Order: sequence, then structure tokens, then C-alpha cells
Amino acid sequence: MNATDREQRVLQIIETARSKRPRFRDERITLAHGAGGKASQTLIEGLLVPAFAADSGTLATLGDAGLITANGARLALTTDSFVVKPLRFPGGSIGELAVNGTVNDLAVSGARPLALSVSMILEEGLESHVLRDEVEAIANAAAAAEVEIVAGDTKVVERGAADQMFLTTAGIGLSDPRASVSPSALAPGDQLLVSGPIGEHGTAIMLARNEFELDASIESDTCSLWPAVDALLSAAGADLHCMRDATRGGVASVLNELVRASGVAVTVREADVPVSPIVAAASELLGIDPMYVANEGRLVAAVAPQAADQALAALRSVNGCEQAAVIGEVRREPPGMVLVETSFGGKRVMDQLVGDPLPRIC
Amino acid sequence: MKFVDEFRNAQLGQVLAGEILAELEAGRSYKIMEVCGGHTHSIYKYGIDDLLPDNVELVHGPGCPVCVIPMGRVDDGIAVARREEVIFTCFGDMLRVPGSEYTLLDAKAQGADVRMVYSPLDALRIAREHPDREVVFFAIGFETTAPSTALTLKRAKAEGLKNFSCICNHVTIVPPLRALLESPDLRLDGFIGPGHVSTIVGARPFQFIPFDYGRPVVISGFEPLDILQSILMILRQLSSGRCEVENQYTRVVPGEGNPRALEVMSEVFELRPHFEWRGLGFISQSALRLSPAYRELDAEERFGVPGVRVADPKACQCGEVLKGVIKPWECKVFGTACTPEHAIGTCMVSPEGACAAYYNYGRVAKEREVV
Repeated sequence: MNATDREQRVLQIIETARSKRPRFRDERITLAHGAGGKASQTLIEGLLVPAFAADSGTLATLGDAGLITANGARLALTTDSFVVKPLRFPGGSIGELAVNGTVNDLAVSGARPLALSVSMILEEGLESHVLRDEVEAIANAAAAAEVEIVAGDTKVVERGAADQMFLTTAGIGLSDPRASVSPSALAPGDQLLVSGPIGEHGTAIMLARNEFELDASIESDTCSLWPAVDALLSAAGADLHCMRDATRGGVASVLNELVRASGVAVTVREADVPVSPIVAAASELLGIDPMYVANEGRLVAAVAPQAADQALAALRSVNGCEQAAVIGEVRREPPGMVLVETSFGGKRVMDQLVGDPLPRIC
Repeated sequence: MKFVDEFRNAQLGQVLAGEILAELEAGRSYKIMEVCGGHTHSIYKYGIDDLLPDNVELVHGPGCPVCVIPMGRVDDGIAVARREEVIFTCFGDMLRVPGSEYTLLDAKAQGADVRMVYSPLDALRIAREHPDREVVFFAIGFETTAPSTALTLKRAKAEGLKNFSCICNHVTIVPPLRALLESPDLRLDGFIGPGHVSTIVGARPFQFIPFDYGRPVVISGFEPLDILQSILMILRQLSSGRCEVENQYTRVVPGEGNPRALEVMSEVFELRPHFEWRGLGFISQSALRLSPAYRELDAEERFGVPGVRVADPKACQCGEVLKGVIKPWECKVFGTACTPEHAIGTCMVSPEGACAAYYNYGRVAKEREVV
């Protein structure tokens, strides 16, 4: 066997190992399991999905929301927990995130958000005005997103058993008849869109924690994505193949999940990715790639090439999405990989994050 | 961003790539080592290797401070971190480096009070805020970070902080380079010298590379144009038969280094007789420990760390990979026992190590052949 053949064989072994379902073998949960990268994937695909769902079950599609059909109605159901620190940060707060996070998981699944439940875990000793502020934030965000809060729960735990306040919301939405989106529907040739400048939520939280002693005015991008989704569905209909909100792990993690689910590759043109100068500067100083930084009001969409122009125009007409851009496209080879054409003219792989340097951003 | 974007100009990059191509001798292949992990990072971030001709290969050197920490030192750190009274502080990228059984992140999940800091001064602040706890800083890095640890220790001593101490893993860059160069099967044609280290030590310590071992060195900045220009300067030395230390990074690196930083280092530290490097084994006089005047701040003394040596698995061939003798995929444990999730050797520990990069990105090379 010559050297090239042996190299191919080694690569083949790696390929086989990678395509196997990950097994959850860790002795304990570490913060890496919550970071949205490889460890989270192992936890979800290696432990949770096999326990809760058959291979063909709804959960196994790993969409942002599960789709169920009942009496002819197509409903989307999702849930999300919020543990962000600090509770308040420029541009938003935990209450606002809790509403928008769940609303957005429904929206990017192609469902019009209808109603939410809100559960609160409160730490003994929490000051009432802190709670009052968040209750108000939840109410305002729900009104802005036009969803009703229809159920809820409260628990109080002893001091130290939670950090001030943890929130969990669940949401139900009605599947939009115009939508036929799925994480596994990316097709070669599809154009990739983002709905605005990336990395603002994560950067705002990082700076709000004051660990870096950097002063910069950057606000979280938290908002409801339904208006953006509505515009995309009107403009592209069935040519809109997939949407994801780029939360934990950022645009890079979302793209990695999608290429795996669809068995395709994507190429991102770094120079076309909208990043505000202030996020670019903060990332530069902290040595972080904004592609991996969390967003709370940005989506990534894959649109068939013939509908890409009108989809982009429709997106840009939505308030807050004026800087939406086409950042790359879907390709056939090499399956499962996200490639970046750097602004310097080189090419590199944008892999999944192994762990997150910054826990508790949402 | 002014003053940075100028060094990332894609058109100028293409011009340099063209000049590099013109400098190559037909039929010859070139292996150039970038010594410093910071360069490796830039090379990936900007896709610089993608701009180079196929017969110019960049070999990632031993200059990643996290990757070179051997398992036994991580175990020592975990042993200290697990003590009830200790708040253990370290840089974030150290948290995931595997010891023989656990990482510091695992130890944290098991109950140890492990905290990530961005500067040794943050650790000092924690010590002031928690006078009832022992605060330990796990110091890593080359000459680049050693001065800030030294200054922190000076300040701790001046303030008379009794609850602060340091596990010193600072290493020096010249001994591992010499160890690589000593090897008879070395296949490297030149070195991209470490820019940040050189701001401290200057250019002089690298003179032995051309002088004793006949390989050119160009001390380089970290922006993509810096690196391409340095590669071109190395190739020009090779084609014109010159062999010397050149400084591409003159905007930052003074020839004589930073005498004040060197002074504070020599006050606070002394050379260890020998130190173990992951994948490279023991190298004499390659690391620093606290000098007798600062020994009271040495956490290894204060807590009596186990100091058990954990041997790298025999099959690990990181040394050969670093020397450019074998490619990552030719290592016996590559992709089987040694993967990014369960790394054995230094080259697999950091995502920027040669083996981890090949593991993750090998398929791209394959794709390029198809096109």
C-alpha cells in the first residue's frame, strides 16, 4: 500500500468514527455540556434523543421546535430555559430573552407563535423589585411579540441553590401553511442569509460582566424574529428551505448543525458577514471569532438560488434587519463541513466549538 | 480598524504569494516551522497555508504554551485545586487540557473551586477579596507571559499577601528549539521566529539557529501579511545562500528585547534543572521556578504537590511530527487512541496543534485534489 492509500485509509477511519452517533460517556456534567458545542451534541444525541425518541421520532430531527399534528392542525411546540448572568444587560434582560428565545424557536420552525407558559425558579432572598422588573419585561416582550402567556409556575429554592432567578418558557405555535422548512432540507446551490449584524448579544453580555474592564456601548439584539420569518415566507415560500436562530455557539455552530443534518457543505464568505465595528473591535481584543458569539435576534436562512434576491429584499424591509446579507452558499462537497473564504483570500474550516469560554449567556 | 487592517490587505497578500512562488526552486520542497502558537492561530484564521504553493509546507512548532504542559503537571494542579481551602485560578484555555484522568474543568464539576482569570493580577485581586482562602495561580506560558506573573508575585510580596501562591509552569523557547535541531532526522528548512517572545528576549537568543545549525530564522509579526513576508524572507535567504536571524517585526521587536522585563524575571524566577514537555520529554534548563527569595509564594512547596510523572503513551509520536519527520496521519495512535476529544499528545491537545488541525481539516485537502 503506498502512502496516499494509507492516508486515505486513515481519513476513512476518522470519517466513519465521526459519522457514528456520539456516545455519552462522561462521568459528570461540566460547563462544556451547556456550551452548544461538541459536548452538548454528545449529551443530546448520545443520551437524550435515544432515551426519548425513536430514530424516526419528531425529536430526532433536532429542529428548534417539535411539530405535531392534531385533528388536522399542525402545531409547533418548544421549550427553553434561561440562566443568564447578569439578569440585566444593555439592550435586554432575562425576562425579555425568555420570551423572545422561545418565540424565535417557534418562528424559525415556520410556526406563528401563539402562546407561552412561564416557569420561575427564584432564589430565597431575591429582592422584589428585581422580580417585578422581570415580570414587567416578560409582559412587555410578550405584548411586542403578540403572544399570550397562558400558564405558569413558581418555585422558591434556598439561598445558593439558584442564582437569583432562572426562567423556563414553553411555547406553542401554529405551523404556517407557506412554510416547508427543515434542518435537513439544505440543497446544493442554496444561498445563505443572515438577518443582521452578528455577535451583539454575546458581546453585550461579556462586556456587561465587566470582567474585561472594557467600556463600549453595545446592546443585545434580543427581539422577536417572527416579522423577519413572515417576510421570508411571503417572499420565498417553498424556496425557503431552512431557518435557524443563531443563539448559543453563534452562526458557526448553527451552520455546523445544518450541514450535518443535511449531508452537505457550506462556504461562507467572511468579508460578506455583517459585523458591527464595535463587535469586531471587541472580538479582536478578546481573541474571539464573532461567528461563534451568541445572538438572540438573528436568524440564518437557506433559500433556493432563484428566490434569494427577493428573500433578501423582503428581509431588509423588516425593521431591524436592514443589514441582512447573503453570506455564502450550500455546496455538495465535502459533506458535513463549513468552509470559510477568509477576507484575506485564504480558506479554512469553521468547526464546531469544543467548549465555550463564556457560560451563561442566555 | 486602523493600524490593523493594513496588515490584512488581500491584494497585497496575493502579491506576496506571487513573490513566494517566484522564489522557489523547481522540484524542491520546503518545510518551514512557525515556532509560536500565535502564528499557527493566524495561519488558520486567515487561511494563509491555502495561499502557499503545494511544495511549501508549514510545520507547527512547540510554541503553544497550553499544549506543552505534561499530564503530570495538570494532575498536580488538580490535586491543589481539590483542597478545601483553595481557590484555583488559571487561564481559560488551560481548563480543558487533559491530565492522566481529568481536566481542570472536570475537577470543577466535581466540586473544586476553579476560576478562570484573564490576567495573574485578577488572581491577586481574588486573594485580596478572600483573605480566608488560599488563592493559587497556575502560571503557564513562554517568556511572553512570564514577566506579568513575575510582576504579580512582586506585588504580592510587597503587599505581604499570605494567601496567594503560584504553581509556576513557565517555559523558555530556546531549549525545545535546540532539542528539535539536535535531532539527526530533522527535516526543517527554516524558522518563523516567535514575535511576542522576542519582544522580551530580543533577537539575539536565536542566533544559534543559523550559527550552529545552518537554518535561517525570521522573527515575525502576527498579521497575515507579516507571516507571508516572513516566509518570503526565509525563502530569499535559502535561494541566495544566506543564513541569519532577520527581524520582520521591527515595529514591535527591539533587537535587545525588553531589559526591564528580563530584570524582573531574573529576580523572581530561576531555571529549573529540567522540565517535562508533553510529547518532547524532559529538556534540561527549559523552564522556570520561583527563586529562593520568592519560594514562600511557591504553591508546589506550600501544598507539597504529588509531582508524579505520568509518561506520555509510548506510541505517541508528537516529537517526530514536530520535527517534520512524519505527517500526523502516520503516527501509530492518530485518529484511534488519540483524537481531539481524547488527546494524548501535544499536537492533538490544542485545536491549533498539527494533529488536531489535520484531524479536523484533512478532508479539505482531499477536496482540493478533487476540484
